[in-house]
Amino acid sequence: MKLKVLPSILSSGWSTTPEQALTPGCSKMASLDRVKVLVLGDSGVGKSSLVHLLCQNQVLGNPSWTVGCSVDVRVHDYKEGTPEEKTYYIELWDVGGSVGSASSVKSTRAVFYNSVNGIILVHDLTNKKSSQNLYRWSLEALNRDLVPTGVLVTNGDYDREQFADNQIPLLVIGTKLDQIHETKRHEVLTRTAFLAEDFNAEEINLDCTNLRCLAAGSSNAVKLSRFFDKVIEKRYFLREGNQIPGFPDRKRFGGGTLKSLHYD
Amino acid sequence: MSFLIDSSIMITSQILFFGFGWLFFMRQLFKDYEVRQYVVQVIFSVTFAFSCTMFELIIFEILKVLNSSSRYFHWKMNLCVILLILVFMVPFYIGYFIVSNIRLLHKQRLLFSCLLWLTFMYFFWKLGDPFPILSPKHGILSIEQLISRVGVIGVTLMALLSGFGAVNCPYTYMSYFLRNVTDADILALERRLLQTMDMIISKKKRMAMTRRTMFQKGEVHNKPSGFWGMIKSVTTSIPGSENLTLIQQEVDALEELSRQLFLETADLYATKERIDYSKTFKGKYFNFLGYFFSIYCLWKIFMATINIVFDRVGKTDPVTRGIEITVNYLGIQFDFFYAISSSKSSNVIVLLLAQIMGMYFVSSVLLIRMSMPLEYRTIITEVLGELQFNFYHRWFDVIFLVSALSSILFLYLAHKQAPEKHMAP
Repeated sequence: MKLKVLPSILSSGWSTTPEQALTPGCSKMASLDRVKVLVLGDSGVGKSSLVHLLCQNQVLGNPSWTVGCSVDVRVHDYKEGTPEEKTYYIELWDVGGSVGSASSVKSTRAVFYNSVNGIILVHDLTNKKSSQNLYRWSLEALNRDLVPTGVLVTNGDYDREQFADNQIPLLVIGTKLDQIHETKRHEVLTRTAFLAEDFNAEEINLDCTNLRCLAAGSSNAVKLSRFFDKVIEKRYFLREGNQIPGFPDRKRFGGGTLKSLHYD
Repeated sequence: MSFLIDSSIMITSQILFFGFGWLFFMRQLFKDYEVRQYVVQVIFSVTFAFSCTMFELIIFEILKVLNSSSRYFHWKMNLCVILLILVFMVPFYIGYFIVSNIRLLHKQRLLFSCLLWLTFMYFFWKLGDPFPILSPKHGILSIEQLISRVGVIGVTLMALLSGFGAVNCPYTYMSYFLRNVTDADILALERRLLQTMDMIISKKKRMAMTRRTMFQKGEVHNKPSGFWGMIKSVTTSIPGSENLTLIQQEVDALEELSRQLFLETADLYATKERIDYSKTFKGKYFNFLGYFFSIYCLWKIFMATINIVFDRVGKTDPVTRGIEITVNYLGIQFDFFYAISSSKSSNVIVLLLAQIMGMYFVSSVLLIRMSMPLEYRTIITEVLGELQFNFYHRWFDVIFLVSALSSILFLYLAHKQAPEKHMAP
């Protein structure tokens, strides 16, 4: 059953449990469950624009340099159109910076990588280096950071090994599709297909300034929906109804708790 | 015949320098980015090559290598080319790349970059007026005019950077200035950061839910776009959207807070690393060097004051002083460039670097003249004409002193502010 949200949420002001929707008429009272998805990539590839597009269905007018981490929330219907449909909050954590940052910045960034349920890797289709850096980004996030060398060896075996036992779903998104000339498009798309295969992930190529790229029903939107569904599944339905231990090392403001997985 | 041999030697060395600059560019500066514009790389390497050639010529002058007339010819040619690059090409390209970053002016890039360049030339010319640089005997576009102005800018830059480097070096190396940072401090700050992120998330959730309900009810909230949209939104307002703007303001404030916390945490991590580093042997060695350097820098500042107060031109050459301090800290300056560069502005940054480097070298040549024995000065004097060299020395001293004192003040304030900031609960 769908959740009903009444304007009581809006008038509650600075409440400590903002996720709860108290509706006298509705029989369901629940706080929506949440999943955390990281958005990683080099600076300037368009992560902020992408996150804005995903969460607010609008094009970002004035992108500025992200310092630290900026978060946005998307409301997602898990298994839309089926009887088991349920709404979740998807938190998109857009972490700024570059792979070559000072180690103090890297250590600070590491605090955002706790308890991650999914990773979106963003690269710029016009910039090959940003695609290569995705390997280092994913390793940094998955906490298997090797000593960074100047040249990254990327033969097939090396990559498969690193990502073979990875449980966290990945999605590769290429931006600035509009800036690739028609003639070069095929070559670029072949390259990105290989990249996505290395990560064992789906890939989407789009232009963040064009709302139609993620229009409902388009193949991009379907892939995105599938990815989010996979993330939610891995997080909440992994072990046939067993509760997965939640975030022990974080003090949550608002005291969010894990609800039981089954609704009556 | 000998002229040909000399020329070929010069050209091979220039090509070597060019290759070196190219490699440096690829390996160091653009390690993490992809170069899309080869123009930038070529300009950088060419500037580098010609700057190095100038020094090479000075050395040849002293060692009396090569024929004297061919040396003279190469000097002139080198100087012409470098001035051409520094005054015409690099500023134009800087303007061009800045303009291409701004989306609005994208269509008429060339026009706007020409405009920018003309403004630059205007100010460049005006720069020469208040300074007693040269006698009015020479024409407008002569080499002396251009060199004098480039020289002033270059000397100022050098003095600024030397002053800052002279103060920053002991501050960085000496562990006396390191604040004590414990793991608990870092953990506490991280916790605050995550709490702030949680607060932001909860507010964003409310906003997202509100927007969704509004959308389902059919009230689509359009962001006011353009000038008329903003005027319209003043008169009409939907209650849902009012709440949204209120929450949005709270979110903006929280986001600013999270940015501050992030930067503070990074700062703490960096300090902790420095503390750990200072406990190693290498760290102790640099600490000792730091003490040494601080005494040296103090002495130099003292000498600069004496020179100004007693109105004498320094017998010791400022260029050695300048080069020593600044060449050591070219490393630190490049870090600064990494920090502020992103893929959009990287081209501009590199061109700025090329411009600064070129001006550096030209003014070094000017200043070097003072320290050279009389017999070697002739060629420089011949080529550069009647510039008032004493002026440059005095100017260097003044700017060096000003820069050093203001960096001391700045670092003192920054140092005092920092522990208070992270003592607060």
